[in-house]
Amino acid sequence: MTGTFVGMPVFPEAAREALADSQLRHNLAHATSTIRAKRAKVVAEVPDWEELRLAGAAVKERALLDLETQLVRLEETLTANGATVHWARDAAEANAIVAGIAKAHAATEVVKVKSMVTQEIGLNEALAEEGIAAWETDLAELIVQLGDDLPSHILVPAIHRNRAEIRDIFRSKMGAAGRPAPDDLTDEPAVLAAAAREHLREKFLRAKVGVSGANFAVAETGTLVVVESEGNGRMCLTLPDVLVSVVGIEKVVARWEDLDPMLRLLPRSSTGERMNPYTSMWSGIAPGDGPQEVHVVLLDNGRTRALADEVGRQALRCIRCSACLNVCPVYERTGGHAYGSVYPGPIGAILNPLLKGVGHDDQIDSLPYASSLCGACFEVCPVRIDIPSVLVDQRAQVVDAHRGGVPKPEAMAMKGAAYVLKRSRRLSALERLTGLGMRFARRFGPTAWTGARDLPDAPGESFRDWWQRTDGGRKDDA
Amino acid sequence: MTDARSEILARVREALAGSTVDPVETSAPREVHPVANPELVDLFAERVADYRAVVERCSAEDLEDRIAAALPTGQVIVPPGLSIRIPDAIVDDGTLTAARLDLIAAVVTEARVGIAETGTIVLDHTPDQGRRAISLVPDTHICVVREDQVVADVPDAIALLDPSRPQTWISGPSATSDIELDRVEGVHGPRTLHVLITPPRDVIS
Repeated sequence: MTGTFVGMPVFPEAAREALADSQLRHNLAHATSTIRAKRAKVVAEVPDWEELRLAGAAVKERALLDLETQLVRLEETLTANGATVHWARDAAEANAIVAGIAKAHAATEVVKVKSMVTQEIGLNEALAEEGIAAWETDLAELIVQLGDDLPSHILVPAIHRNRAEIRDIFRSKMGAAGRPAPDDLTDEPAVLAAAAREHLREKFLRAKVGVSGANFAVAETGTLVVVESEGNGRMCLTLPDVLVSVVGIEKVVARWEDLDPMLRLLPRSSTGERMNPYTSMWSGIAPGDGPQEVHVVLLDNGRTRALADEVGRQALRCIRCSACLNVCPVYERTGGHAYGSVYPGPIGAILNPLLKGVGHDDQIDSLPYASSLCGACFEVCPVRIDIPSVLVDQRAQVVDAHRGGVPKPEAMAMKGAAYVLKRSRRLSALERLTGLGMRFARRFGPTAWTGARDLPDAPGESFRDWWQRTDGGRKDDA
Repeated sequence: MTDARSEILARVREALAGSTVDPVETSAPREVHPVANPELVDLFAERVADYRAVVERCSAEDLEDRIAAALPTGQVIVPPGLSIRIPDAIVDDGTLTAARLDLIAAVVTEARVGIAETGTIVLDHTPDQGRRAISLVPDTHICVVREDQVVADVPDAIALLDPSRPQTWISGPSATSDIELDRVEGVHGPRTLHVLITPPRDVIS
């Protein structure tokens, strides 16, 4: 595994490889079933959960359908609060802005709060090219970063690793990145967490520049919100002199009170807690408290492309809770890496094609098919994203994008079937050949299909022949 | 070449051409609770304890003794506007660096709001709570919540809070479940959260 999703194989190939890893399947089954049960328990505590979901969906939908106004308002309030607002069309532009700010302060390192958006734009790699080290400070992200690995879950990115693997990574890699792991490091989670605390603390205490994303951005008040558990977020948001937050334009909500449904929905859906341990909110600069230079980078990077898709735009409501991953039968067996993106699972299967467009990359085009369409993801989604409907719509888009070229075997088979089924005489003629066809298929058929499945035996007589011989069973059926 | 701002806003406009905002507003459901309901304070105490925080209820007279008993050995820092007397505590004047704060064992603060349903303490970092760093770096946080500060649920808290102030919502001590989903207290914030629930301030005098 190398630290990039670029050039990942299409989903079916990547999934086959993941399915062969029984340790991974065991880890995932344990993790997803544990979080599922926790979530179900705390969701059941809320009597009006369905109305809360409706409210959550409405808050995000209203902001999205009024996005221009909300973004301009957010820029105004942020600026009035003393923050500097930047706009970035794509990843390269956003990375250049962050690097520019770090360089302006002669910083050779930054500390980072776990954030999906900075992974999406490849910020760490871009900063490394400019000679700036970006340190991940969330425990799971630290494990992924030190292991030169890729995240495999939105909420618990190192869920594919077990404690013994984590101890090995800490022992062999921590020293090169800073304070080494202690010699007597065991694989107890508390001991491993303590080693991470010591390793990261020296970085927090000396950091000049912090980098974060945001879970929500309130247009009315210019407030950014970050939810987390460990306190590494609070460290990055509070101790450095300079704070840069990269915020996708879909993170905006209109009003202060809109935070209410979101803060009730997110932790219960995500970690299965009534509330996450820490939520930080800041509205620009607070004199004498925290960073005195605050930047916000508003990022498009495909979001306006998704917004233009009338069916798919609801995916921009996503608050990255990961509930859909934990209920998905496909994710549970393949894990996150097979999706080839920082956004895995059902939401990743629709978000990646929406952000990047279909028809030009086989890996992305394979994602809308990485689903059984069972609908469990829609049921748990706190902002009611109808993922199955978007998947079906995207499958149609993928098919449309590939019209005109060499037809695929399925398309040929379907065309053939249409020809045969149109006339009953054609069908009965073909039925007589079924036995021969089966024998042929057994010998020369596609092994990708027959390798794991048995072809049934052909019947000795077709239904039509039987009907004719017995007059529909009225004559003797001897 | 257009600038990024105009281009993004133009793309947004184009993407939404023909779409309208649904005027029907769905507001989040909420139950209305009477203020200063003693059951709410009980629920708050129970829910904070669920996060493996230490929770104690005490009278105004006992407060200083309880805090003294809860303090670990080592230096203590307090915000400049703390209404409780803590002997030998360093009063934060805003000049201590992060490295210096790291040598301090404990912090004592007050709070703005307690949320019963979720067991959450909200700090809005006024002088009785101090700047964000002092309640973050020391390993023990002793937080005093008044009974009349406890509200029922998140919407009640949102209605009371001033968005222009920085805020820290705390639900239990720092925690992680990143290693095989085993919950570990830590990694980075205070590993011990000690909450003292005491009668309203005006009852003290």
